[in-house]
Amino acid sequence: MAKGIWVYVEQLDSQIKKVSLEVLTAGRKVADELGEEVCAVLLGKGVAELAPTLGNYGVDKVYVAEDDSLENYTTDGYANVIAEIVKENEPYAFLYGYTILGRDLAAQVAQKVETGLMSDCVEMELEDGQLVFTRPIYAGKAFVKATCPESRPIMASLRPNSYIAEENKKEGEVVKVNPNIGDIRQQIKDIVRQVSERPELTEADIIISGGRGMKGPENYKILEEAADVLGAAVGASRAAVDAGWVPHSMQVGQTGKTVSPVLYIACGISGAIQHLAGMGSSKCIVAINKDPEANIFKVADYGIVGDLFEVVPVLKEELQKITA
Amino acid sequence: MNIVVCLKQTFDTEAKIKLTDEGRIDSKGVSLIINPYDEFAVEEALKIKEQEGGEVTVVSVGGQKAQDALRQALAMGADKAMLVDPGTDEVDEYAAATVLAKALSGLEYDIILGGWRAIDDGSAQVAGRVAELLGIPVVNTITKLEVADGKATATREIEGGSEVLEVSLPAVLTAQKGLNEPRYPSMKGIMKAKKKPMDKTTATELGLDSLSAKVQALSFSLPKPREAGKVIDGEAPDAAKELARLLHEEAKIV
Repeated sequence: MAKGIWVYVEQLDSQIKKVSLEVLTAGRKVADELGEEVCAVLLGKGVAELAPTLGNYGVDKVYVAEDDSLENYTTDGYANVIAEIVKENEPYAFLYGYTILGRDLAAQVAQKVETGLMSDCVEMELEDGQLVFTRPIYAGKAFVKATCPESRPIMASLRPNSYIAEENKKEGEVVKVNPNIGDIRQQIKDIVRQVSERPELTEADIIISGGRGMKGPENYKILEEAADVLGAAVGASRAAVDAGWVPHSMQVGQTGKTVSPVLYIACGISGAIQHLAGMGSSKCIVAINKDPEANIFKVADYGIVGDLFEVVPVLKEELQKITA
Repeated sequence: MNIVVCLKQTFDTEAKIKLTDEGRIDSKGVSLIINPYDEFAVEEALKIKEQEGGEVTVVSVGGQKAQDALRQALAMGADKAMLVDPGTDEVDEYAAATVLAKALSGLEYDIILGGWRAIDDGSAQVAGRVAELLGIPVVNTITKLEVADGKATATREIEGGSEVLEVSLPAVLTAQKGLNEPRYPSMKGIMKAKKKPMDKTTATELGLDSLSAKVQALSFSLPKPREAGKVIDGEAPDAAKELARLLHEEAKIV
């Protein structure tokens, strides 16, 4: 018996992650086809106030587990609570956003309830009554369609920017859960957050990335200035990370982050296969490179053969005029 | 200190992916490597051993070819290897973790290391599932690790920053890029590796009779090749202006 499409809703400082709303939108579509409910699960401290927002995004019921010990995410604390909710309610499917937190949590919960989990999916659809997921493998060099034929719930995590969040007014009825948190073996000693006004790389609509052609760490300022005009995130190629110019958290590619923004601007990036794998699903790709033979031009929608140090500042000014 | 590293053999990052006539991933002619994230795990294990003493065992679930990856880890300095043939091609993350946990439960371990994901199927699940099966804690995507007094203190990546976690050992820890710089095997290391023990076993021999996957792959496909678009001519400032116009008026993105 199917018992609803459930979604783990991720929040930070009482802000719901954009990807969670995207997953809810995807979940709602499938739930409507199946005639099922959409239930959201929200964990934290003082998070019940977010329930009405979830109601606006197609959620029938919001299961809220609040506790002081859930204020910060811990693998054990969150996985214990969610596994218990899953065992009690027996959902048909349980979905997550594929984020640092989501993927950590999903693997533990999936094993606790001994079910299958399809990670980092870009599509979810019903085929002959079966929930089928498409996920990139080899960092996007291929795709696999997969399903979990028997075990329930079917678990999957969806890649950010795979769906566009759509409002869809539902009840959003709050169901309080008395969480049984259990033993938390990961003790948090310190949390450091870099304060950045820029969006997270994997969630950004626009990314401007620099590679070997940036010539040094000091030149990323040019990209940051352009990024701030567009509300974009700043990325990098492996060459720039391996040179020690920028941290690995900025790396796009097979050994970095996989991104699918609306617009990806590659500056001084040659377009090695491992980089293309990480950004090839971007909707629009712009390449700025001195070398007309650079691989990146083969995938770019718009290309400029030229010196990025001359092109990017002018581009920034022009975009500023447009967005003003 | 007994350190176990779980590693997977994967396609090289430069590998082009093709499909066979049956529509499966074609591995013919593809050069194989240790999954880069697992290589960080091997390096970290060796560093801990150098500091604390002990033994490093590398374990892989795979076919006979995976021996090469294990040999490379031995050449880097690991002491012994174990290869478990799952006996089936239908190995999902649940099945892989079941085999690994079974293999590991027969070993002594204080620390279990692995990469946070493999670059082939990119699932980022197996290590966490193994921890769950063994009943020990997991800390994922670590970029720094200190081991002392039966505890591990690890710095891990979180959204928009990092956190420092402490766990009692034994524990499973998964490596993120930045943890270390893996060493290259020396000539001497490569020679020595040939004589180091390689225990070859199968899932059946470990007592797993019916290994069943939860997830079933239905079909594989390749992405549609992107077509090269417009190259904007002209001097840099003019081209930049034209690009801004196109992004606004044609692509309607900004």
